[in-house]
Amino acid sequence: MAEKKKLRIGVLALQGAFSEHIHLLNKLKADVAEAIQIRTKEQLQDPSLDALILPGGESTTMALVAERSGIMEPLREWVKAGKPVWGTCAGMILLSNTAHRTKKGGQTLIGGLDVTVKRNAFGAQVDSFVADLSVPVLPDNERPFSGVFIRAPIIESIDPEKVSVVARVNKGIGEEEYVVAVRQGNILATAFHPELTDDDRFHRYYIDLVRTIASTTPA
Amino acid sequence: MTFSTPSNLVPETNGAAVAAAAKNDFIVKAGLAQNLKGGVIMDVVNAEQARIAEEAGACAVMALERVPADIRKDGGVARMSDPKMIKEIIEAVTIPVMAKVRIGHFVEAQIIQHLNVDYIDESEVLTPADEQHHIDKSKFKVPFVCGAKNLGEALRRINEGAAMIRTKGEAGTGNVVEAVRHARQLMGEIRKVQAMAEEELYVYAKEIQAPYNLLKETARLGRLPVVNFAAGGVATPADAAMMMHLGMDGVFVGSGIFKSGDPAKRARAIVQAVTHYNDPAVLASVSEDLGEAMVGINCDLLPEEQKFAKRGW
Repeated sequence: MAEKKKLRIGVLALQGAFSEHIHLLNKLKADVAEAIQIRTKEQLQDPSLDALILPGGESTTMALVAERSGIMEPLREWVKAGKPVWGTCAGMILLSNTAHRTKKGGQTLIGGLDVTVKRNAFGAQVDSFVADLSVPVLPDNERPFSGVFIRAPIIESIDPEKVSVVARVNKGIGEEEYVVAVRQGNILATAFHPELTDDDRFHRYYIDLVRTIASTTPA
Repeated sequence: MTFSTPSNLVPETNGAAVAAAAKNDFIVKAGLAQNLKGGVIMDVVNAEQARIAEEAGACAVMALERVPADIRKDGGVARMSDPKMIKEIIEAVTIPVMAKVRIGHFVEAQIIQHLNVDYIDESEVLTPADEQHHIDKSKFKVPFVCGAKNLGEALRRINEGAAMIRTKGEAGTGNVVEAVRHARQLMGEIRKVQAMAEEELYVYAKEIQAPYNLLKETARLGRLPVVNFAAGGVATPADAAMMMHLGMDGVFVGSGIFKSGDPAKRARAIVQAVTHYNDPAVLASVSEDLGEAMVGINCDLLPEEQKFAKRGW
């Protein structure tokens, strides 16, 4: 089998836990050539960038800073062009087409993902939690993935024709189950923070996804 | 090394389960601070200011009764805010809401936690309630941020359960000199411990009154083991960007915004400055035409008893 191409992955660095993604990606030396902070339109439009990650943070802040920094439209173009993108927590909110519980006057979104999300779905920080998730698409999938949910959103509804569910969370016996990870073509979205754990399986899954997308998209 | 008790030395059985729960608890507390990085947390005294801060791009707001500049001016005892005001602010915005309690005042902290605030600041800006003990922060479900002016102080607070640290600076002065002093002190000490031999670390831990295990971890990481923001005197986009260059993870702005001529514009400019701290072209453009900055106080002329940074033990 031919040597796999090492990827250059951009992480949106306007605000939030972007360096955590970068530190985790840098451990995957066999697959990642470079993990790069993205703050400007020029950095995002670098043609050698293979994939993008939108980190956790405050989605309101990220959206406002993105607009004022002239990078909101280029982000939409990235998603529309079918290039790989993964949003964690705030990143997932930005990728969704509809978001509830946004600030007064609403919130600008990048969009592209045919889902409706609800921000801060579990409540304030005292309701943040860690839960074991069963994620069938991950390598070594009989081992649960530790989902870190911090003032986390949930996915309230999806367009089942276009979107597939990747993971659900159940806080305990008798509790309601929520969709917390989905995929739609080039877009992956998780309500939790794999970048705040030492488990690299979600990042490895994303890297595989990026390669699959690259091999099926005409250059 | 981290100490672990030999098995079955005492008749306890659930040690591992307790440790695992404590670990998850801290991941969630420190994780919110990780999500706030690269952002600006703004002091607000009512719901209207909180909305201005949210629209400007603040990643969180700090609810307090009077901004530090007014606490200085008015004098008297400064305490936690009225729960009614905190509730109104929580109602008004979707970003995290923090609130201040007095050093050592664990009942104020219980009250604030009950209000579902997202972070508590055990703050030297308020009048201390206990001159020996800080709050045992590990007992709370809500995370805490604490001020520090050097490495020993930061690690003592983390040992008590703080999940986030900020430099103290000198709040309410509009003068960045003390924030710079504390950031330089902290980062300088971290660089120093990175070069130390094991036996020197034991001695240094005693010297700066820091728990050895946390000092050792700091030396290994080359940074504090939790998120560390700048605070205390930041008044301009340039001040904020400078603090980011000094290795801070984000910035608190207190009186600097709502004591200035055009708070909304200045707040937006400081948010842009923290993201693009490395780009002088952006800094030049956002610094333009911001109106009056807060007047500011020369810290050399501040009487000793009015220095907030001295509070904390």
